[in-house]
Amino acid sequence: MLNTLTAHELINLLSKGDILPIDICNSIINKIEKQEKSLNALAHFDKEKALERCKNLKESVNKGGLWGIPIFIKDNISVKDELTTCSSKILKGFKPPYNATVIEKLIDIGAVLMGKTNMDEFAFGSSTETSCYGPTRNPWDLERIPGGSSGGSAAAVAGDEAIFSLGSDTGGSIRQPASLSGVVGLKPTYGRVSRYGLIAFASSLDQIGPITKDVEDAAILLKAISGRDEMDSTSADIPVSDYVSNIKKGIKGLKIGIPKEYFIEGVDKEVKGSIKLAIEELEKLGAVCEDTSLPHTEYAVSVYYLVATAEASSNLARFDGVQYGMRSENITSIIDMYKKTRKEGFGDEAKRRIILGTFALSSGYYDAYYSKALKVRTLIKIDFDRAFEKFDAIVTPTSPTAAFKIGEKISDPLTMYLSDIFTISANLAGIPGISIPCGFTKNNLPIGLQILGKPFDEETILRIAWNYEQNTEWHKRKPGS
Amino acid sequence: MDYEIVIGLEVHLQLNTKSKVFCGCSTDFGSAPNTQVCPVCLGFPGSLPVLNRRALELGAKVSIALNCQIAEKIRFDRKNYFYPDLPKGYQISQFDQPLAQHGKLSIIVGNSRGRSLQKIVDKTEKKIRIRRVHLEEDTGKLFHQKDSSLIDFNRCGIPLLEIVSEPDMNSPEEAYLYLTALKSILEYLDVSDCNMEEASLRCDANISLRKKADKKLGTKTEIKNMNSFKGVKAALEYETKRQMGLLEDGKRIIQETRLYNTEKGVTEPMRSKEEAHDYRYFPEPDLAPFNFEKSFLKSIEKNMPELPEHKKNRFIKDYQLSGYDAGIIVSDKNTADYFEKCASLYSNPKTIANWLIGDVFAYMKANNVSIKDLNLKESYLSGMLRMIDSGVITGKVAKTLLIEIIQTGKDPGKLIKEKGLEQISDVKLLEAATDQVIAENPKSAEDFKNGKDNAIMFLVGKVMQKTKGRADPNKVNEILRNKLKGDA
Amino acid sequence: MAINRDTVKYTANLARIELSDKELEHFTGQLDRILAYVDKLNTLNVSDLEPTSHVLDMKNVYRDDVVKKSLPVADVIKNAPSKENNLFKVPKIIET
Repeated sequence: MLNTLTAHELINLLSKGDILPIDICNSIINKIEKQEKSLNALAHFDKEKALERCKNLKESVNKGGLWGIPIFIKDNISVKDELTTCSSKILKGFKPPYNATVIEKLIDIGAVLMGKTNMDEFAFGSSTETSCYGPTRNPWDLERIPGGSSGGSAAAVAGDEAIFSLGSDTGGSIRQPASLSGVVGLKPTYGRVSRYGLIAFASSLDQIGPITKDVEDAAILLKAISGRDEMDSTSADIPVSDYVSNIKKGIKGLKIGIPKEYFIEGVDKEVKGSIKLAIEELEKLGAVCEDTSLPHTEYAVSVYYLVATAEASSNLARFDGVQYGMRSENITSIIDMYKKTRKEGFGDEAKRRIILGTFALSSGYYDAYYSKALKVRTLIKIDFDRAFEKFDAIVTPTSPTAAFKIGEKISDPLTMYLSDIFTISANLAGIPGISIPCGFTKNNLPIGLQILGKPFDEETILRIAWNYEQNTEWHKRKPGS
Repeated sequence: MDYEIVIGLEVHLQLNTKSKVFCGCSTDFGSAPNTQVCPVCLGFPGSLPVLNRRALELGAKVSIALNCQIAEKIRFDRKNYFYPDLPKGYQISQFDQPLAQHGKLSIIVGNSRGRSLQKIVDKTEKKIRIRRVHLEEDTGKLFHQKDSSLIDFNRCGIPLLEIVSEPDMNSPEEAYLYLTALKSILEYLDVSDCNMEEASLRCDANISLRKKADKKLGTKTEIKNMNSFKGVKAALEYETKRQMGLLEDGKRIIQETRLYNTEKGVTEPMRSKEEAHDYRYFPEPDLAPFNFEKSFLKSIEKNMPELPEHKKNRFIKDYQLSGYDAGIIVSDKNTADYFEKCASLYSNPKTIANWLIGDVFAYMKANNVSIKDLNLKESYLSGMLRMIDSGVITGKVAKTLLIEIIQTGKDPGKLIKEKGLEQISDVKLLEAATDQVIAENPKSAEDFKNGKDNAIMFLVGKVMQKTKGRADPNKVNEILRNKLKGDA
Repeated sequence: MAINRDTVKYTANLARIELSDKELEHFTGQLDRILAYVDKLNTLNVSDLEPTSHVLDMKNVYRDDVVKKSLPVADVIKNAPSKENNLFKVPKIIET
């Protein structure tokens, strides 16, 4: 049952010579063959290719890294000559001619690329229901969504089809599915991880990050993918610390803020209860928790859906049927080619967001919508700057509710958008955030605790998360057990 | 009715960086299609731009030369529109925080006054204001076939500098002068190939007419598709006539984009329907903003080459050239460099200028070569001039010798010996020749004796002819006078 | 109403997405609801605020003018829906 282990456990077994990379690979393939049909967590998986990569692993590769550890990648991260489709029909058959920087980094330290995980089309969604490959199901309850947009990455890890995976987070797309699927998900500070090769949704908000079974793995994987990249002008030239050893210090005396705006009406009672207990646990460990306020929180969803869709409308203009992906067949002119290709290639949610974003930028509406949103974004950032003058971290629920049912919100975009209400602010402010398991509802659905940190201080939130995890058992619970 | 022509020009200039503006692909011209492209300039999903520092430096250099105010903070924006030569569906450009603004460029305008016989042309300086200079990326190139169009993205991502003038030009001639002056500065800066045929320099024009008394501008048309400076002038001349014709018939000008048809010499409306533009500019999130540090600007300013206007004044002062001669020589940087090299080798710059503007330019024009490709070492030209001064050759011989030097690439001294072109100053030889000429032209000799002084010039000419131009004309003149006076 | 059918139609055209009448109806209603929600931003006074388009305080990120290897042409065009002699092919564009 190697597939149920964490990366750091496997690294340990590999280094002792107890197991071989192929053993892990086989164990994963076994689980996938048994379970994937009901989970639909993967967008592209080729068993033979995965085995081949495992066999071709060079002994010479740095064994100290992730040598021999299999990893799944969200379908919006470019892997050379492998299908990379953002779970969208419009990118049907697309195989990038280059690797994303994070992929280069992972290959360099010996990680084994297994395949691509399912996602909301172009990461537009919070439930992984908008994928052209059909919805991914939550391993804890197959009737429910795993969260989104990195729902495939979260479900694969939760369902032990993956040791760990990469997701991307624009408004909560790593943390929310991690919360709803009962795993760990970390969104790094904007600029911590190179975006080169990540197919952009909203360029000023997107970050790639790890989805793992425990906090130590999140620290390992974050370390592996972080750092300045000369191919990404927005990647920061700030040193990456040794997370794995630094997070094991205690948290005595750390100051943690609890913002009242995250405990409003509409937050599930069971969620509130679990978070309250988690805060008590942190206090037991020596942290000083105090109430605080992030007064502009209620505007975050509005700002986000204007800024993110505006950027998306521009980022997705390149899908026009000229160079790659699909092109409509019945076309009479160039304009016809654009309009029909994009009509047939994009799903409903993509169309809705592109039109909303185009509208927010268009002549006559720019000031009222886009420009205003950017100004309110400033207010949201100032909220955090002020809070972090006083606190080392902020703790909130990751999501107002546990996993909802497939189909429950899909026909009502606004309700769906509001499920990101607690994760969006971190993207707008550029700060790091992690979600870790902190309890279960009476229906055995996972609840997540979100810890937000200062820019480039992933270390502190990992440290709080690790200390909490060491003193709780939530992360050890498995679906179906 | 008297109309005033109002013209503004928009010049797009490819900067001659080695690599593209946002990626490392080569900018070489003429490679096989789609061989100088990468995920970034192809706009592949997930790719990101990183600014080429050199492109910004070259842009700043041009802005300084055009007397612009360089912005302290600059930012790139996305200009969103769909076109198959634009792979990302947006062009990275600059909108409300351009590289530089509020510049000016001087042109020398000739104003004629008076009647045709006593026409006087006043040369006055006119300042054309530059509205803005900004940096952006070039698009790909389209080739149209019968049933389809093909795209080559090699050009896509080459740094483009857009230089927008205010509508300060009042005739097609002024537009032409503006372009010539601009090109001259750009060549001095060595920032671009400035080749309109290879499209490294492109120009669009806005033109409108208004009644002389009107303050409000008339409806303008935008003219595209000109591929030479003369083409710009011709297109604007045509468009002026067209608009004037419409206005005089009491018709309205339609605001539209028109393409210049070089073969027919007319402007025609674009057939494809242009929709109202809504470019949805917004700040490019993939590029951090740029602050011009003082040290960065200072280093550019320090390395600015001498510009044509300054050089012209220096030539007038240091070499005592006339304003006219200096103007002609500095209008091309290579010519100016050539002149200065010669001037360092030969002490009479005015003579160099005369030869350069006269015989050398005539040869270049007749043979369609530039000064750069002309096979005439500076040392040869100045050597030849020195030999005229010292009497080794006559000025007349020098004219043919110059062409020999260019054609053979040989040292003038050697050529003179080989061909026996030295000036004949030997009195005995000259006397023999004059005697012969007097004997053969008794009528002219008689005329001179009878007081017709002009006749002597005819006789000198005959002696020069006989000696194949090698005789020293002053000496021949003297000998003739002595001989004929003596007879008288 | 924050947005009407004609505006959605105009915007979809700007975005080069063809919409059926049914989609147009559907999206207009949904977008109107979303924009009504977003309207809460109007309760804030933002006149003195700078817009945040880059959340990090970063500036002056350059590269040197050095030529790097381009992609092999086979990789450039391998994903193309239509091509001819290493060029991308599209329906004829009428310019003049």
